[in-house]
Amino acid sequence: MTSNLLIKAENVGIQFGGLKAVQNVNLYLNSGELIGLIGPNGAGKTTTFNMLTGVYQPTEGTITFDGKKLNGLKPFQVTKLGISRTFQNIRLFKDLSVLDNVKVANHNLAKHSLFASIFRLPSHFAGEAKMEKESIEFLKIFGLDIYKDELAKNLPYGMQRRLEIARALAANPKLLLLDEPAAGMNPQETRELMELIAFIRKEFGLTILLIEHDMHLVMGICERIYVLDHGQLIADGTPEEIRNNPKVIEAYLGEEVID
Amino acid sequence: MKKSKAFWGFLVLALVIYAVVQGMISGGMLDLYYQNILIQMCINVMLAVSLHIVIGITGQFSIGHAGFMAVGAYVSAIVTMKLGLPLIVAILLGAVISALAGLLVGIPTLRLKGDYLAIATLGFAEIIRIIFLNVDYVGGAAGMVVMNMTTWTYAFVAVVITILVIANFTNSRHGRGCISIREDEIASDAMGINTTYYKVIAFTIGAFFAGVAGAIYSHNFFIIQPTTFNFLKSFDILIYVVLGGLGSLSGSVIAAIFLTVVSAYLSNFPETRMIIYSLVLIIVMLYRPTGLMGTKEITSLFKFGKKGGSKV
Repeated sequence: MTSNLLIKAENVGIQFGGLKAVQNVNLYLNSGELIGLIGPNGAGKTTTFNMLTGVYQPTEGTITFDGKKLNGLKPFQVTKLGISRTFQNIRLFKDLSVLDNVKVANHNLAKHSLFASIFRLPSHFAGEAKMEKESIEFLKIFGLDIYKDELAKNLPYGMQRRLEIARALAANPKLLLLDEPAAGMNPQETRELMELIAFIRKEFGLTILLIEHDMHLVMGICERIYVLDHGQLIADGTPEEIRNNPKVIEAYLGEEVID
Repeated sequence: MKKSKAFWGFLVLALVIYAVVQGMISGGMLDLYYQNILIQMCINVMLAVSLHIVIGITGQFSIGHAGFMAVGAYVSAIVTMKLGLPLIVAILLGAVISALAGLLVGIPTLRLKGDYLAIATLGFAEIIRIIFLNVDYVGGAAGMVVMNMTTWTYAFVAVVITILVIANFTNSRHGRGCISIREDEIASDAMGINTTYYKVIAFTIGAFFAGVAGAIYSHNFFIIQPTTFNFLKSFDILIYVVLGGLGSLSGSVIAAIFLTVVSAYLSNFPETRMIIYSLVLIIVMLYRPTGLMGTKEITSLFKFGKKGGSKV
């Protein structure tokens, strides 16, 4: 089981001033898994994501990805190693076209140098043409190729969410972190999105870690689930185990009143 | 390819402008006064475009651009006047030293954001000015006597090269990386863009061409003085970029040309000059709050049925 271990966080924690936002988080993902991370508001889910992607440096514990230690790496270095993410509050490059949004993420797969671009050497044209072709392929998967010249800010909300995933995918990740991809979507859109996630997972051989509030959805597609509450992992296991875990029920619904 | 079409279009346009102006100069239709305005125009366009890559493309609010201009101006003046080397060497050396100054200033200051970066770059420009003010080798406060060597040809070729390099940079993966920093630095970082690297690159390229502009400037008048490069000069350059529309290359070019003409025309009314100049700025900003061009380019106006805006 540990032979195809992709990412492992050991005793990871972070402190903001005197506040321990997250502590003693242990989690691992094997290659190809689809794992959920759930918890009430303010439990530290996004903070955990930020630590995994290098936005925050954990103040304790270690994170290893694909045999390399992530502690101390900057977000762009983490992305180059193969972790890509989306954001809870959409962070597209609003004034860039849909195509250019994807091209930015495709940046590291291209090789042409600054010098080649400024002097318009042949490698620039070859590199840019390849980027364009690959980016359009990604847009096609998400049904966004018809909007490729539209500015990202003019897309409808659901499309913006899709574009974020397309952009994250264009960075060529092994591990994809999705921060509430279905937030604000209606049930129909959510279902389509889930099918899409299942599809890209198979197509690109991805490992996915997903934060989501929609219990129904998480229980439906995730193989294992981690539950965070007050910055600590309170449970992990299969959806079935989580559903019946008293600690999880307590975190979500509160304690039973005992007279 | 559409981009190479724009490239050839630009070159042809540049050649036509050059031929017309050169023809008018040799035909005696433009006297020295107008030639001087044209050179001034070229210098301002270069300054505007070199700041555009820092503010408009990369979104880093730098208001110390006159500092880099001063480095280019003084270094090139030393090269021609003290070392006796030709002007072309002086321009290149001035630009390279200015780029190095940009690198040196950029690495520590570009971790600052917004207002803090603005203050740091302003401080840098003042330091440069004070240094030149106190070094007797370059004349101190009295200034340095420089021969008039700049011609319209030098100024125009420099402008064309500046615009070409910066447009080429912008329309590449590197330029897109810089634009993504302007749009959302956190997302840009998360998508694998080395934000510090690209900020410093943009800053260095900007400083390089400000240095070129400085070199052309210093050889256009007979004297350069440190007071020329004070923070008001930095604000002048900033105004070109903001008035043209942040993120629009052609916008900053148009604004620089427009304001050079306005201020040259207004020199006939010295009493009311600054009042009218300020009024023009206020009116433009009231009616075009995103600048003359917004983020659009002039080329996008000719592409019918196509949405502009992204091709910065």
